[in-house]
Amino acid sequence: MIKSALYSIKQAFKQMFRNKGMTFASIFAITAMMLILSLFLFLSVNVEYLTETVKNQFGTIEVFLLDETSKDQAENMIVSFKEMDGVEDAVYVSKEQAMEEFKIRWGDNAYLLNGLTENPLPNAIRITLSDLNSGDIIARFCATVQGVEDVRFYRDEVGKVVRISNIIQRGALVVIAFLVIISIVVVSNTIKLTVMARENEITIMKYIGATNWFIRGPMFFEGIIIGLISAAVSVGLSSLIYVRLCKVLGDQAFRLFSTQLVMPQFLITNIVWIFLALGISIGACGSIISMRRYLKA
Amino acid sequence: MIDFKHVTKEYGDTVALEDATIHIDQGDFVFLVGPTGAGKSTFIKLISKELEPDSGEIIVAGKELSKMSNREIPIHRRDIGMVFQDFKLLDNKTVFENVAFAMEIVHCSRRTINRQVPQMLSVMGIEDKANNFPQELSAGEQQRVAIARAIINNPRILIADEPTGNLDPDTAWEIMELINTINRRGTTVVMVTHAKDIVNRMGKRVVAIDRGRIVRDNRGGEYGYDD
Ligand SMILES: Nc1ncnc2c1ncn2[C@@H]1O[C@H](COP(=O)(O)OP(=O)(O)OP(=O)(O)O)[C@@H](O)[C@H]1O
Ligand SMILES: [Mg+2]
Repeated sequence: MIKSALYSIKQAFKQMFRNKGMTFASIFAITAMMLILSLFLFLSVNVEYLTETVKNQFGTIEVFLLDETSKDQAENMIVSFKEMDGVEDAVYVSKEQAMEEFKIRWGDNAYLLNGLTENPLPNAIRITLSDLNSGDIIARFCATVQGVEDVRFYRDEVGKVVRISNIIQRGALVVIAFLVIISIVVVSNTIKLTVMARENEITIMKYIGATNWFIRGPMFFEGIIIGLISAAVSVGLSSLIYVRLCKVLGDQAFRLFSTQLVMPQFLITNIVWIFLALGISIGACGSIISMRRYLKA
Repeated sequence: MIDFKHVTKEYGDTVALEDATIHIDQGDFVFLVGPTGAGKSTFIKLISKELEPDSGEIIVAGKELSKMSNREIPIHRRDIGMVFQDFKLLDNKTVFENVAFAMEIVHCSRRTINRQVPQMLSVMGIEDKANNFPQELSAGEQQRVAIARAIINNPRILIADEPTGNLDPDTAWEIMELINTINRRGTTVVMVTHAKDIVNRMGKRVVAIDRGRIVRDNRGGEYGYDD
């Protein structure tokens, strides 16, 4: 079994080498597809991340308390808030805690906060909503409670962000699916040429009693190897691109959305696996389609 | 070794083989003769299960072909060496590689291949051509390579479809002697031919097919008609 797999792989490399031009062209084409695909993946992942951040930040009602409101009074408010419909949870956030959160969210830019001599943030109660729709009523009620200075609830903004994000996600998915299909077509075309170039050989192999696996193995591996090489090259290139992108756009993104881009280390380790799996699948699908179609019996 | 029982094969309206019943013993040497389009190649393709009969039963080496699964076909074919009029060699492989190819398919080790291929080439009298490509060989030499490839895995049956069709009479005789030698070692031989003098001089069993029907079957037979 291992021996015949090795034989197939060796034959696959031989065939790829014999057909250098076509092999190179298809690797080039699939790498290009995967690079474009990676850009959309980056976009999609970051939009998703941004949306989640926005949801967490603004899918809540912040009830800012007057400085003279005591912790005990706040605890009482929390109890009454929790009894309302549409409230999932309510927690007390002291001004110190709020500052810590700020620093974390600002990440590399947190040094900007060091200039402050005194904490300007108020104590607050953070209400997490189980239902975004009841937010308005709750927010209006909270504003009337004694000891509350201000209430902040960004319902429309959150809705808009979620909607835009959905559109972008869906668009990216369509583009990605499209690119994957094109890649499969490219591989299957290459394998089709292999089948045709080897038609004579295949006929003879059948006469001599070669098993199907013996005949198909090399072509199957040829597709997979092409997919894997393309995946490896595009993982390398797209990682470089993303690191640069973070450098160039990171600050912009922060200024606009007050959140970082998804960290390159995290994204790249994931992309390695995604792309290898994708490369293998594209190669395997391409080969199988062509063998089904052009390899009789 | 080969049994046909009431076998019929049609291509659309053309009846290529009709109600054919024949028994071929292990070690037999059978000439299959008949006019062009009679159904000789069809008969042979049924043995190797390249074609399926429309009705009837075919038993080769004890196995009923219609009951054979697709996975068993390669194993079945390894029991049958095939030789053709047009040699069917791979032009981009050397003589050695062409023969070794048949052994690679059954996963022989490199060592076995390197030992047996030169032996076989020398039996065929072409040991000095091992590193030549088919195009650099005469027609007779190419057919010797094809025969070497057909029998290197010791099949029990050798099937030859007009193996001397592209050869001059002298070379044809050399090839016939080789095939006869292979038959004397115990291999069953079924050979399609239009070569009247070969059939007449060899004095083997002759099966004549005409318009899909087996019309004659006798030992020590003659070619029996003029083309
Ligand atoms: N694939 C096919 N499709 C349709 N008809 C076919 C096919 N193969 C063979 N035939 C027909 O079946 C009949 C028998 O063909 P076959 O090849 O068996 O003849 P043959 O005896 O080998 O002839 P030859 O001596 O010329 O090689 C012929 O009439 C031929 O035209
Ligand atoms: Mg014929």
